[in-house]
Amino acid sequence: MNAILRDFVQSFLAFLERVGLLVRFALRLAVILPSALMRPRPIIEQVYNTGAMSLVIIMTCGLFIGMVLGMQGYDLLTRFGSEEYLGTATAVSLLRELGPVVTALLFAGRAGTALAAELGLMRATDQIAAMEIMAVDPMRRVVLPRFLGGVIAMPLLVSIFIVVGLFGAQLVGVELFGVDSGSFWSQMRSSVELGDIREGLVKGVVFGVACSLIAVYEGYNAMPTAEGVGRATTRTVVISAVVTLILDYILTALML
Amino acid sequence: MRSTRAIDISTGLFVLLGFAAILFMVTQITNRGFSLRSDSYRLLAAFENIGGLKPGAPVSMAGVTIGRVEDIQYDMKLYKAIVTMRISDKYRAIPNDSDASIYTAGLLGGQYIGLTPGGSDVPYKDGEQVIMANDAIVLENLISKYLFNSAATKSGESAAAAAPAAQE
Amino acid sequence: MDSGKIVFSGLDIEIGRGAVTAIMGPSGTGKTTLLKLITGQVGADRGQVVVDGHDVARLNRKQIYALRRRMGMLFQNGALLTDLDVFENVAFPLREHTRLPERLIRTIVLTKLHAVGLRGAASLYPQQLSGGMGRRVALARAIVMDPEILIYDEPFAGLDPISMGVVLRLIRSLNDALGITSIVVTHDVREISQIADMSFIIAEGKVVASGTTAELRDHPSPIVHQFVDGLADGPVPFHYPAAEYHEQLLGGKVFA
Repeated sequence: MNAILRDFVQSFLAFLERVGLLVRFALRLAVILPSALMRPRPIIEQVYNTGAMSLVIIMTCGLFIGMVLGMQGYDLLTRFGSEEYLGTATAVSLLRELGPVVTALLFAGRAGTALAAELGLMRATDQIAAMEIMAVDPMRRVVLPRFLGGVIAMPLLVSIFIVVGLFGAQLVGVELFGVDSGSFWSQMRSSVELGDIREGLVKGVVFGVACSLIAVYEGYNAMPTAEGVGRATTRTVVISAVVTLILDYILTALML
Repeated sequence: MRSTRAIDISTGLFVLLGFAAILFMVTQITNRGFSLRSDSYRLLAAFENIGGLKPGAPVSMAGVTIGRVEDIQYDMKLYKAIVTMRISDKYRAIPNDSDASIYTAGLLGGQYIGLTPGGSDVPYKDGEQVIMANDAIVLENLISKYLFNSAATKSGESAAAAAPAAQE
Repeated sequence: MDSGKIVFSGLDIEIGRGAVTAIMGPSGTGKTTLLKLITGQVGADRGQVVVDGHDVARLNRKQIYALRRRMGMLFQNGALLTDLDVFENVAFPLREHTRLPERLIRTIVLTKLHAVGLRGAASLYPQQLSGGMGRRVALARAIVMDPEILIYDEPFAGLDPISMGVVLRLIRSLNDALGITSIVVTHDVREISQIADMSFIIAEGKVVASGTTAELRDHPSPIVHQFVDGLADGPVPFHYPAAEYHEQLLGGKVFA
């Protein structure tokens, strides 16, 4: 019994330590942020790496999620004879919930793992140590641009996901099931508010900060072995997913 | 390894796409912005009483939804509710002597506008006002009228009470 | 380091200016840790590391970076930045630390690449290079800022005899031509003894022998004898400490 308690205390302390290290890491990034903004070139490269490279998967998934929403929504709404609300239903669920959350999960899987693996590999092959020896701060030169690239890319990916999803829903609802196209869009327009869009974008930014931070932290602090890199990518996906869903609950509660 | 130029171009494309998506959301999904879709036209109708009609309610002919209620205003000169309907362009040829009525879907459902076609050869134009508008049937009015009628029947004036009931 | 194990105790090494100093020892004696101490990547719990009159442990981040600019280091596997080509890898320190015009950078980089014989490989990427070529590019990068101290971490590991000869010759000629202080950490006794002015053999956390190549060859200590001549058994035992062989086989108790 005593041993179990001690184990619990130990792992709780280890957890607190990790959180503390993560916060310190984030603060260090915040301190060097202004100097990094003076050099936009690496940031642009990372927007490309995280954003443009994720575009195909984001658009594909957005389209299919929208189509599923259109199908499910139509089936549910016809039971109440109100298919014309299909546009509203898909728009609100995409804007406030599915857009940001699914994009964040895909981001963690596509861009987050790539970031963690890249940084972990740089750690394992001494590239980070080499930079330190060359008196170049790897946090400034390597970590921060990657973090910022993710933060910039995420809200844009969320927006693209939502719009593609809407067209997917329109495709199924209007073209397949014959919901009136005019009522699909006009009904959506009359009941969707700017607040819904704001909620989606705020979530996109917050998830972008969280997922990018976790990815670069795990990669940068990976153990310098092949196994360490693998573990860093796994941890990135798992922690990003859990943190995203917890943050999603908090943000939804705050903005409701 | 891509050249920096290719990276710049695809990054630019991505960012542009993202902002286009945001712009689309703000202007096309909410009714705040302007509408790019002009494949519809407006009809106006003036009602004494619109009951529970709300913006977004369907406009139908013979049960087929042909448009939406876009806007409802109260006109201080006419003392009437001016309802703006947006009708899909597919239904351009509505005779210009058609009339509009407010109905209730089911017993307690939402209210909608039904258009009944007239016999004219000339269709309504964009922004024109419907010549005849029948008000919403308000349930409370019906009930009180019924109660009033049955009370009147008891007091022996059944003939007088039958006349307004037939008019409804 | 993190495990609480003591790597060195009572270690005392003096490295002469302008000479090639070899630091040798069996695997796992903490030679890499010694380099990290010199470059300020880790700090000693006790004792001090003095580089050119500066106590490394007492320097702040900025001063350490200033000191590192006067050092060059060749990592075991080159540690070239994988997202840059050979030219940009060599130019990297210049671009980070100087505001030289592009033409001058080009001249310097090509000079250094020529010195290691790889001017023709400027446009290749690190993954296209063989191990020996990668190390030579890393060497060009290490000398691009004209360092006063050049540190080599296992420069011969995993090289074929020809590449090994090339790297060997480069270490000596760079040292003489540029007046650099060279520190070579290695366990390739035969190779380094051809060029080293002074050698230290480290084992079990302290210096067991030091001197010129000739002095070491005639050293009375058995561990030096074992190391220099490459004997399988000796003071460094062939067998990892275990219970008596026949007891373990017959007694059935596997883990004593």
